[in-house]
Amino acid sequence: MKITPELYKDMTEQYAPKSKSYVNISFAFLIGGGICLLGEGLLNLFEYFGLDTQEAGSWTSIILVFLSALFTGLGWYEKIARHAGAGTLVPITGFANGVTSPAIEARTEGWILGVGSKIFTIAGPVILYGTAASVVYGLCLQIVRCIMGDQ
Amino acid sequence: MVKSLGRGMFHMEQSIYIASCAAIAGKKEGEGPMGQCFDRVEMDSHFGQETWEKAESRMQQETIYTALQKASLTADDVDIILAGDLINQCTSSTYSLRPFGVPFLGLFGACSTMAEGLITASLILSSGAGKRCVAATSSHFSTAERQFRFPLSYGGQRPPTAQWTCTASGAVVLDTETEGSPAISGVCIGKITDLGVTDANNMGAAMAPAAADTLTRWFKGTCRTPNDYDAIVTGDLGMIGGKLFMELMMKQGYEINPCYHDCGAMMFDSLTQDTHAGGSGCGCGGSILCGHFLPLVKSGSIKRMLFMATGALMSPMLVQQGESIPSIAHLVEIVSGKEND
Repeated sequence: MKITPELYKDMTEQYAPKSKSYVNISFAFLIGGGICLLGEGLLNLFEYFGLDTQEAGSWTSIILVFLSALFTGLGWYEKIARHAGAGTLVPITGFANGVTSPAIEARTEGWILGVGSKIFTIAGPVILYGTAASVVYGLCLQIVRCIMGDQ
Repeated sequence: MVKSLGRGMFHMEQSIYIASCAAIAGKKEGEGPMGQCFDRVEMDSHFGQETWEKAESRMQQETIYTALQKASLTADDVDIILAGDLINQCTSSTYSLRPFGVPFLGLFGACSTMAEGLITASLILSSGAGKRCVAATSSHFSTAERQFRFPLSYGGQRPPTAQWTCTASGAVVLDTETEGSPAISGVCIGKITDLGVTDANNMGAAMAPAAADTLTRWFKGTCRTPNDYDAIVTGDLGMIGGKLFMELMMKQGYEINPCYHDCGAMMFDSLTQDTHAGGSGCGCGGSILCGHFLPLVKSGSIKRMLFMATGALMSPMLVQQGESIPSIAHLVEIVSGKEND
Protein backbone atom coordinates (compact mmCIF):
# COMPACT_ATOMS: atom_id res chain seq x y z
CA MET A 1 0.00 0.00 0.00
CA LYS A 2 1.35 3.39 -1.01
CA ILE A 3 1.46 5.88 1.85
CA THR A 4 1.06 9.47 0.67
CA PRO A 5 2.17 12.48 2.74
CA GLU A 6 -1.51 13.42 3.18
CA LEU A 7 -2.44 9.99 4.52
CA TYR A 8 0.62 9.97 6.76
CA LYS A 9 -0.27 13.41 8.14
CA ASP A 10 -3.64 12.00 9.22
CA MET A 11 -1.94 8.99 10.81
CA THR A 12 0.54 11.22 12.65
CA GLU A 13 -2.23 13.42 14.02
CA GLN A 14 -4.10 10.35 15.18
CA TYR A 15 -1.13 9.03 17.19
CA ALA A 16 0.41 12.28 18.43
CA PRO A 17 -1.01 13.14 21.87
CA LYS A 18 -2.19 16.71 22.21
CA SER A 19 -0.87 19.03 24.90
CA LYS A 20 -3.16 19.04 27.90
CA SER A 21 -4.32 22.64 27.52
CA TYR A 22 -6.47 22.67 30.67
CA VAL A 23 -3.47 21.59 32.78
CA ASN A 24 -1.00 23.91 31.00
CA ILE A 25 -3.30 26.93 31.17
CA SER A 26 -4.08 26.31 34.85
CA PHE A 27 -0.39 26.06 35.77
CA ALA A 28 0.44 29.10 33.62
CA PHE A 29 -2.28 31.09 35.37
CA LEU A 30 -1.26 30.01 38.87
CA ILE A 31 2.53 30.33 38.53
CA GLY A 32 2.47 33.34 36.20
CA GLY A 33 -0.11 34.94 38.47
CA GLY A 34 2.10 34.12 41.45
CA ILE A 35 5.04 35.94 39.87
CA CYS A 36 2.81 38.97 39.16
CA LEU A 37 1.48 38.84 42.73
CA LEU A 38 5.05 38.89 44.01
CA GLY A 39 5.73 41.90 41.78
CA GLU A 40 2.62 43.67 43.03
CA GLY A 41 3.60 42.92 46.62
CA LEU A 42 7.08 44.35 46.07
CA LEU A 43 5.63 47.44 44.39
CA ASN A 44 3.32 48.09 47.31
CA LEU A 45 6.14 47.50 49.78
CA PHE A 46 8.42 50.03 48.07
CA GLU A 47 5.59 52.55 47.91
CA TYR A 48 4.91 51.95 51.61
CA PHE A 49 8.53 52.87 52.30
CA GLY A 50 8.06 56.15 50.49
CA LEU A 51 9.21 55.58 46.90
CA ASP A 52 7.08 57.09 44.15
CA THR A 53 5.29 54.74 41.75
CA GLN A 54 7.94 54.98 39.01
CA GLU A 55 10.86 54.31 41.35
CA ALA A 56 8.99 51.49 43.06
CA GLY A 57 8.25 49.96 39.64
CA SER A 58 11.92 50.10 38.64
CA TRP A 59 13.02 48.43 41.88
CA THR A 60 10.34 45.75 41.46
CA SER A 61 11.61 44.98 37.94
CA ILE A 62 15.22 44.89 39.13
CA ILE A 63 14.38 42.43 41.89
CA LEU A 64 12.27 40.16 39.64
CA VAL A 65 15.02 40.11 36.98
CA PHE A 66 17.62 39.36 39.64
CA LEU A 67 15.55 36.52 41.09
CA SER A 68 14.96 35.07 37.63
CA ALA A 69 18.68 35.19 36.79
CA LEU A 70 19.51 33.62 40.16
CA PHE A 71 16.95 30.84 39.70
CA THR A 72 18.25 30.24 36.16
CA GLY A 73 21.81 29.96 37.45
CA LEU A 74 20.74 27.51 40.14
CA GLY A 75 18.88 25.43 37.53
CA TRP A 76 15.49 26.00 39.18
CA TYR A 77 13.87 28.23 36.58
CA GLU A 78 13.68 25.59 33.86
CA LYS A 79 12.20 23.13 36.35
CA ILE A 80 9.42 25.57 37.24
CA ALA A 81 8.97 26.58 33.58
CA ARG A 82 8.51 22.96 32.55
CA HIS A 83 5.13 23.12 34.31
CA ALA A 84 4.40 26.83 34.11
CA GLY A 85 4.94 27.33 30.36
CA ALA A 86 3.68 30.76 29.40
CA GLY A 87 3.35 31.57 33.11
CA THR A 88 7.12 31.91 33.41
CA LEU A 89 7.70 33.05 29.81
CA VAL A 90 5.46 36.11 29.65
CA PRO A 91 6.44 38.10 32.79
CA ILE A 92 9.73 40.02 32.85
CA THR A 93 11.30 36.98 34.53
CA GLY A 94 10.98 35.05 31.23
CA PHE A 95 12.97 37.72 29.45
CA ALA A 96 15.65 37.57 32.14
CA ASN A 97 15.81 33.79 31.79
CA GLY A 98 16.08 34.17 28.00
CA VAL A 99 19.16 36.37 28.45
CA THR A 100 20.79 34.53 31.34
CA SER A 101 20.49 30.98 30.02
CA PRO A 102 22.44 31.44 26.75
CA ALA A 103 25.04 33.49 28.65
CA ILE A 104 25.58 30.64 31.15
CA GLU A 105 25.68 28.11 28.33
CA ALA A 106 28.18 30.05 26.20
CA ARG A 107 30.73 30.69 28.91
CA THR A 108 32.76 27.66 27.78
CA GLU A 109 33.38 29.47 24.46
CA GLY A 110 34.87 32.55 26.20
CA TRP A 111 33.64 36.00 27.23
CA ILE A 112 33.68 37.67 23.78
CA LEU A 113 32.76 35.05 21.15
CA GLY A 114 30.85 32.95 23.65
CA VAL A 115 28.89 35.01 26.18
CA GLY A 116 29.24 38.29 24.24
CA SER A 117 27.93 37.03 20.93
CA LYS A 118 25.35 34.54 22.17
CA ILE A 119 23.75 36.34 25.12
CA PHE A 120 20.92 37.75 22.97
CA THR A 121 20.26 34.71 20.77
CA ILE A 122 16.87 34.19 22.43
CA ALA A 123 16.09 37.72 23.60
CA GLY A 124 17.35 39.30 20.34
CA PRO A 125 14.02 39.09 18.48
CA VAL A 126 12.19 40.62 21.46
CA ILE A 127 14.68 43.49 21.62
CA LEU A 128 14.65 44.07 17.84
CA TYR A 129 10.92 43.96 17.29
CA GLY A 130 10.16 45.64 20.63
CA THR A 131 12.39 48.58 19.62
CA ALA A 132 11.01 48.62 16.08
CA ALA A 133 7.43 48.57 17.37
CA SER A 134 8.14 51.48 19.73
CA VAL A 135 9.62 53.49 16.85
CA VAL A 136 6.49 52.85 14.75
CA TYR A 137 4.30 53.75 17.72
CA GLY A 138 6.26 56.97 18.28
CA LEU A 139 5.93 57.97 14.62
CA CYS A 140 2.18 57.25 14.62
CA LEU A 141 1.73 59.26 17.80
CA GLN A 142 3.64 62.18 16.30
CA ILE A 143 1.56 62.10 13.11
CA VAL A 144 -1.68 61.98 15.10
CA ARG A 145 -0.55 64.92 17.23
CA CYS A 146 0.33 66.95 14.11
CA ILE A 147 -3.08 66.24 12.59
CA MET A 148 -4.91 66.98 15.81
CA GLY A 149 -2.91 70.20 16.09
CA ASP A 150 -1.48 69.61 19.56
CA GLN A 151 1.88 71.04 18.48
CA MET B 1 32.48 -11.94 0.05
CA VAL B 2 28.94 -10.72 0.14
CA LYS B 3 25.90 -11.79 -1.83
CA SER B 4 23.69 -9.00 -3.11
CA LEU B 5 20.02 -9.38 -2.23
CA GLY B 6 18.98 -6.21 -4.03
CA ARG B 7 20.04 -2.59 -4.10
CA GLY B 8 22.07 -1.87 -0.96
CA MET B 9 21.13 -5.21 0.61
CA PHE B 10 23.67 -7.91 1.30
CA HIS B 11 23.99 -11.34 2.82
CA MET B 12 27.35 -11.98 4.49
CA GLU B 13 28.73 -15.21 3.08
CA GLN B 14 31.55 -15.09 5.61
CA SER B 15 30.30 -14.45 9.14
CA ILE B 16 31.22 -11.14 10.68
CA TYR B 17 31.49 -11.78 14.41
CA ILE B 18 30.78 -9.41 17.25
CA ALA B 19 33.80 -10.14 19.42
CA SER B 20 32.71 -7.79 22.19
CA CYS B 21 30.60 -4.75 22.88
CA ALA B 22 30.21 -2.12 25.59
CA ALA B 23 27.71 0.51 26.66
CA ILE B 24 28.11 3.47 28.99
CA ALA B 25 25.20 5.70 29.96
CA GLY B 26 24.48 8.80 31.99
CA LYS B 27 22.67 9.20 35.32
CA LYS B 28 19.12 9.64 33.99
CA GLU B 29 19.50 6.63 31.67
CA GLY B 30 20.94 4.64 34.57
CA GLU B 31 17.87 5.46 36.65
CA GLY B 32 15.56 4.19 33.90
CA PRO B 33 14.22 0.67 33.39
CA MET B 34 17.36 -0.35 31.41
CA GLY B 35 19.78 0.99 34.02
CA GLN B 36 21.15 -2.45 34.93
CA CYS B 37 22.21 -3.40 31.39
CA PHE B 38 25.00 -0.89 30.90
CA ASP B 39 28.66 -1.65 31.58
CA ARG B 40 28.84 1.59 33.50
CA VAL B 41 26.49 4.35 34.55
CA GLU B 42 28.30 7.65 35.07
CA MET B 43 26.71 9.84 37.69
CA ASP B 44 28.71 12.93 36.65
CA SER B 45 27.15 14.15 33.41
CA HIS B 46 30.35 16.12 32.73
CA PHE B 47 32.37 12.87 32.79
CA GLY B 48 35.06 14.78 34.69
CA GLN B 49 35.49 17.29 31.83
CA GLU B 50 35.07 21.06 31.62
CA THR B 51 32.65 21.23 28.69
CA TRP B 52 29.71 19.15 27.47
CA GLU B 53 31.43 18.41 24.16
CA LYS B 54 34.51 17.08 25.92
CA ALA B 55 32.22 15.07 28.19
CA GLU B 56 30.62 13.29 25.24
CA SER B 57 34.02 12.59 23.67
CA ARG B 58 35.23 11.17 26.95
CA MET B 59 32.16 8.94 27.27
CA GLN B 60 32.62 7.56 23.75
CA GLN B 61 36.34 7.03 24.31
CA GLU B 62 35.75 5.10 27.54
CA THR B 63 33.09 2.99 25.84
CA ILE B 64 35.52 1.99 23.08
CA TYR B 65 38.23 1.21 25.65
CA THR B 66 35.76 -0.91 27.61
CA ALA B 67 34.73 -2.87 24.50
CA LEU B 68 38.40 -3.46 23.61
CA GLN B 69 39.22 -4.53 27.17
CA LYS B 70 36.36 -7.02 27.19
CA ALA B 71 37.94 -8.68 24.14
CA SER B 72 41.45 -8.42 25.69
CA LEU B 73 42.53 -6.09 22.90
CA THR B 74 44.22 -2.72 22.60
CA ALA B 75 43.73 0.01 20.02
CA ASP B 76 46.78 -1.31 18.13
CA ASP B 77 44.83 -4.49 17.34
CA VAL B 78 42.15 -2.56 15.43
CA ASP B 79 42.48 -1.94 11.68
CA ILE B 80 39.75 0.66 11.27
CA ILE B 81 37.42 2.52 13.63
CA LEU B 82 34.07 3.78 12.34
CA ALA B 83 32.36 6.29 14.56
CA GLY B 84 29.90 9.12 14.46
CA ASP B 85 27.64 11.27 16.59
CA LEU B 86 25.14 14.12 16.35
CA ILE B 87 27.48 17.03 16.81
CA ASN B 88 28.63 19.22 13.89
CA GLN B 89 31.74 17.84 12.16
CA CYS B 90 31.36 14.63 14.23
CA THR B 91 33.55 16.26 16.83
CA SER B 92 32.60 13.94 19.66
CA SER B 93 34.06 11.07 17.65
CA THR B 94 37.12 12.85 16.30
CA TYR B 95 38.17 14.15 19.71
CA SER B 96 37.35 10.81 21.30
CA LEU B 97 39.58 8.98 18.83
CA ARG B 98 42.37 11.55 18.67
CA PRO B 99 44.70 9.62 21.00
CA PHE B 100 44.00 6.18 19.48
CA GLY B 101 46.19 6.39 16.37
CA VAL B 102 43.84 4.04 14.50
CA PRO B 103 42.66 4.57 10.88
CA PHE B 104 39.29 6.31 11.24
CA LEU B 105 36.23 6.83 9.11
CA GLY B 106 33.80 9.40 10.50
CA LEU B 107 30.15 8.67 9.92
CA PHE B 108 27.08 10.85 9.99
CA GLY B 109 23.68 9.25 9.93
CA ALA B 110 22.11 11.12 12.86
CA CYS B 111 20.66 8.52 15.22
CA SER B 112 21.16 5.73 12.64
CA THR B 113 24.93 5.84 13.16
CA MET B 114 25.24 2.60 15.15
CA ALA B 115 23.74 0.56 12.30
CA GLU B 116 25.63 2.59 9.71
CA GLY B 117 28.87 1.75 11.52
CA LEU B 118 28.01 -1.94 11.80
CA ILE B 119 27.12 -2.09 8.08
CA THR B 120 30.29 -0.29 6.98
CA ALA B 121 32.45 -2.42 9.25
CA SER B 122 30.79 -5.62 8.02
CA LEU B 123 31.37 -4.70 4.37
CA ILE B 124 34.98 -3.73 5.05
CA LEU B 125 35.66 -7.00 6.88
CA SER B 126 33.85 -9.02 4.19
CA SER B 127 36.01 -7.47 1.49
CA GLY B 128 39.14 -8.50 3.35
CA ALA B 129 40.24 -4.87 3.72
CA GLY B 130 40.69 -5.43 7.45
CA LYS B 131 40.61 -8.14 10.09
CA ARG B 132 39.14 -6.20 12.97
CA CYS B 133 36.99 -3.05 13.12
CA VAL B 134 35.30 -1.06 15.83
CA ALA B 135 31.94 0.64 15.27
CA ALA B 136 31.03 3.23 17.88
CA THR B 137 28.60 6.05 18.49
CA SER B 138 27.47 8.40 21.20
CA SER B 139 25.02 11.14 22.06
CA HIS B 140 24.80 13.49 25.02
CA PHE B 141 21.66 15.31 26.10
CA SER B 142 23.50 18.55 26.78
CA THR B 143 25.53 18.73 23.54
CA ALA B 144 22.44 17.91 21.46
CA GLU B 145 20.23 20.43 23.27
CA ARG B 146 22.84 23.12 22.77
CA GLN B 147 23.23 22.44 19.09
CA PHE B 148 19.68 21.67 18.05
CA ARG B 149 17.41 23.38 20.55
CA PHE B 150 17.76 25.80 23.43
CA PRO B 151 20.27 26.46 26.22
CA LEU B 152 19.90 23.92 29.02
CA SER B 153 18.68 26.39 31.62
CA TYR B 154 16.17 28.05 29.27
CA GLY B 155 12.67 27.75 30.65
CA GLY B 156 10.73 26.16 27.84
CA GLN B 157 7.93 23.63 27.74
CA ARG B 158 8.34 20.47 25.66
CA PRO B 159 5.36 19.10 23.73
CA PRO B 160 4.15 15.53 24.42
CA THR B 161 5.65 14.34 21.11
CA ALA B 162 9.19 15.48 22.00
CA GLN B 163 11.86 12.90 22.78
CA TRP B 164 14.75 13.09 25.21
CA THR B 165 18.26 12.80 23.76
CA CYS B 166 20.04 10.05 25.68
CA THR B 167 23.44 10.50 27.26
CA ALA B 168 24.82 7.16 26.20
CA SER B 169 27.38 5.45 24.03
CA GLY B 170 27.80 2.05 22.44
CA ALA B 171 30.83 0.38 20.87
CA VAL B 172 31.15 -2.94 19.06
CA VAL B 173 34.32 -4.84 18.14
CA LEU B 174 33.86 -6.85 14.94
CA ASP B 175 36.15 -9.43 13.38
CA THR B 176 36.15 -12.52 11.19
CA GLU B 177 37.71 -14.88 13.75
CA THR B 178 35.82 -15.20 17.04
CA GLU B 179 33.59 -18.09 16.03
CA GLY B 180 30.65 -18.80 18.29
CA SER B 181 30.06 -15.11 18.99
CA PRO B 182 26.96 -13.30 17.72
CA ALA B 183 27.38 -12.64 14.02
CA ILE B 184 26.12 -10.14 11.47
CA SER B 185 24.59 -12.21 8.70
CA GLY B 186 23.01 -9.53 6.56
CA VAL B 187 22.69 -5.78 6.16
CA CYS B 188 20.41 -3.34 4.40
CA ILE B 189 21.43 0.24 3.66
CA GLY B 190 18.49 2.59 4.16
CA LYS B 191 17.09 5.05 1.66
CA ILE B 192 16.34 8.67 2.49
CA THR B 193 12.62 8.79 3.15
CA ASP B 194 10.47 11.86 3.69
CA LEU B 195 6.72 11.90 4.14
CA GLY B 196 6.61 15.62 4.81
CA VAL B 197 6.89 15.82 8.60
CA THR B 198 8.12 19.33 9.48
CA ASP B 199 7.73 19.18 13.27
CA ALA B 200 11.20 18.98 14.81
CA ASN B 201 9.48 18.03 18.07
CA ASN B 202 8.09 14.84 16.55
CA MET B 203 11.15 13.01 15.28
CA GLY B 204 9.60 9.59 15.80
CA ALA B 205 6.90 10.42 13.25
CA ALA B 206 9.54 11.71 10.81
CA MET B 207 11.61 8.51 11.10
CA ALA B 208 8.91 5.81 11.15
CA PRO B 209 8.42 5.77 7.34
CA ALA B 210 12.17 5.24 6.85
CA ALA B 211 12.11 2.24 9.20
CA ALA B 212 9.05 0.81 7.44
CA ASP B 213 10.67 1.26 4.02
CA THR B 214 13.91 -0.48 5.04
CA LEU B 215 12.16 -3.36 6.81
CA THR B 216 9.75 -3.93 3.92
CA ARG B 217 12.67 -3.98 1.47
CA TRP B 218 14.45 -6.48 3.71
CA PHE B 219 11.47 -8.83 3.99
CA LYS B 220 10.89 -8.68 0.23
CA GLY B 221 14.60 -9.12 -0.60
CA THR B 222 15.13 -12.05 1.77
CA CYS B 223 11.66 -13.64 1.56
CA ARG B 224 11.64 -13.64 5.36
CA THR B 225 8.73 -12.67 7.59
CA PRO B 226 8.51 -11.24 11.13
CA ASN B 227 7.99 -14.83 12.39
CA ASP B 228 11.61 -15.60 11.47
CA TYR B 229 12.85 -13.23 14.17
CA ASP B 230 12.92 -13.31 17.95
CA ALA B 231 13.30 -9.55 18.03
CA ILE B 232 12.88 -6.65 15.63
CA VAL B 233 14.44 -3.61 17.24
CA THR B 234 14.41 0.03 16.20
CA GLY B 235 16.79 2.64 17.56
CA ASP B 236 14.78 5.61 18.72
CA LEU B 237 11.33 5.87 17.18
CA GLY B 238 9.95 6.35 20.68
CA MET B 239 6.38 5.70 21.69
CA ILE B 240 4.68 7.66 18.91
CA GLY B 241 7.07 6.72 16.09
CA GLY B 242 6.94 3.09 17.22
CA LYS B 243 3.13 2.97 16.91
CA LEU B 244 3.27 4.65 13.52
CA PHE B 245 5.94 2.18 12.40
CA MET B 246 3.82 -0.82 13.45
CA GLU B 247 0.84 0.58 11.60
CA LEU B 248 2.90 1.33 8.48
CA MET B 249 4.20 -2.26 8.53
CA MET B 250 0.65 -3.53 9.00
CA LYS B 251 -0.39 -1.60 5.89
CA GLN B 252 2.41 -3.41 4.03
CA GLY B 253 1.02 -6.73 5.26
CA TYR B 254 3.52 -7.49 8.04
CA GLU B 255 2.49 -7.83 11.66
CA ILE B 256 5.59 -7.15 13.72
CA ASN B 257 3.94 -6.36 17.07
CA PRO B 258 4.79 -9.61 18.94
CA CYS B 259 8.56 -9.25 18.54
CA TYR B 260 8.89 -5.50 18.15
CA HIS B 261 10.94 -3.37 20.55
CA ASP B 262 12.12 0.22 20.39
CA CYS B 263 15.20 1.28 22.34
CA GLY B 264 13.81 4.83 22.74
CA ALA B 265 10.62 3.50 24.31
CA MET B 266 12.62 1.12 26.54
CA MET B 267 15.18 3.62 27.82
CA PHE B 268 13.06 5.72 30.18
CA ASP B 269 9.97 5.48 32.31
CA SER B 270 8.10 8.36 30.69
CA LEU B 271 5.66 8.70 33.59
CA THR B 272 8.27 9.27 36.27
CA GLN B 273 11.20 10.60 34.22
CA ASP B 274 9.38 13.35 32.28
CA THR B 275 10.79 12.16 28.96
CA HIS B 276 7.53 12.43 27.01
CA ALA B 277 7.67 10.25 23.85
CA GLY B 278 10.85 8.37 24.89
CA GLY B 279 14.60 8.47 24.36
CA SER B 280 16.46 9.42 21.21
CA GLY B 281 19.98 9.99 19.97
CA CYS B 282 22.71 7.81 18.47
CA GLY B 283 23.60 6.53 21.91
CA CYS B 284 20.04 5.39 22.62
CA GLY B 285 19.98 2.54 20.09
CA GLY B 286 23.74 2.03 20.37
CA SER B 287 23.81 1.54 24.12
CA ILE B 288 20.72 -0.67 24.36
CA LEU B 289 21.94 -2.82 21.48
CA CYS B 290 25.31 -3.27 23.20
CA GLY B 291 24.03 -3.43 26.77
CA HIS B 292 20.83 -5.42 26.37
CA PHE B 293 20.24 -7.11 23.02
CA LEU B 294 23.75 -8.33 22.07
CA PRO B 295 24.22 -10.08 25.44
CA LEU B 296 20.83 -11.80 24.85
CA VAL B 297 22.01 -12.92 21.40
CA LYS B 298 25.27 -14.10 22.93
CA SER B 299 23.44 -16.16 25.54
CA GLY B 300 21.20 -17.67 22.87
CA SER B 301 17.98 -16.17 24.31
CA ILE B 302 17.62 -14.35 21.02
CA LYS B 303 18.59 -16.50 18.06
CA ARG B 304 17.92 -14.10 15.23
CA MET B 305 17.20 -10.39 15.41
CA LEU B 306 17.02 -7.28 13.30
CA PHE B 307 18.48 -4.03 14.54
CA MET B 308 17.37 -0.92 12.72
CA ALA B 309 18.82 2.35 13.87
CA THR B 310 16.71 5.24 12.66
CA GLY B 311 18.00 8.73 12.00
CA ALA B 312 16.24 12.05 11.43
CA LEU B 313 18.65 13.83 9.12
CA MET B 314 17.54 17.17 10.47
CA SER B 315 19.20 20.53 10.18
CA PRO B 316 17.63 23.28 12.32
CA MET B 317 18.50 25.74 9.54
CA LEU B 318 16.62 23.81 6.84
CA VAL B 319 13.64 23.30 9.16
CA GLN B 320 13.56 27.08 9.71
CA GLN B 321 13.56 27.46 5.92
CA GLY B 322 10.36 25.41 5.85
CA GLU B 323 11.83 22.10 4.69
CA SER B 324 10.52 18.79 5.96
CA ILE B 325 12.73 16.30 7.82
CA PRO B 326 14.36 13.55 5.72
CA SER B 327 15.01 10.32 7.60
CA ILE B 328 16.88 7.09 7.17
CA ALA B 329 16.96 3.64 8.74
CA HIS B 330 19.77 1.12 8.31
CA LEU B 331 19.22 -2.52 9.10
CA VAL B 332 21.53 -5.19 10.48
CA GLU B 333 20.59 -8.85 10.89
CA ILE B 334 22.29 -10.43 13.90
CA VAL B 335 22.25 -14.16 14.66
CA SER B 336 23.50 -16.04 17.70
CA GLY B 337 26.67 -18.09 17.37
CA LYS B 338 24.72 -21.32 17.74
CA GLU B 339 22.21 -20.33 15.05
CA ASN B 340 25.03 -19.34 12.75
CA ASP B 341 26.92 -22.61 13.11
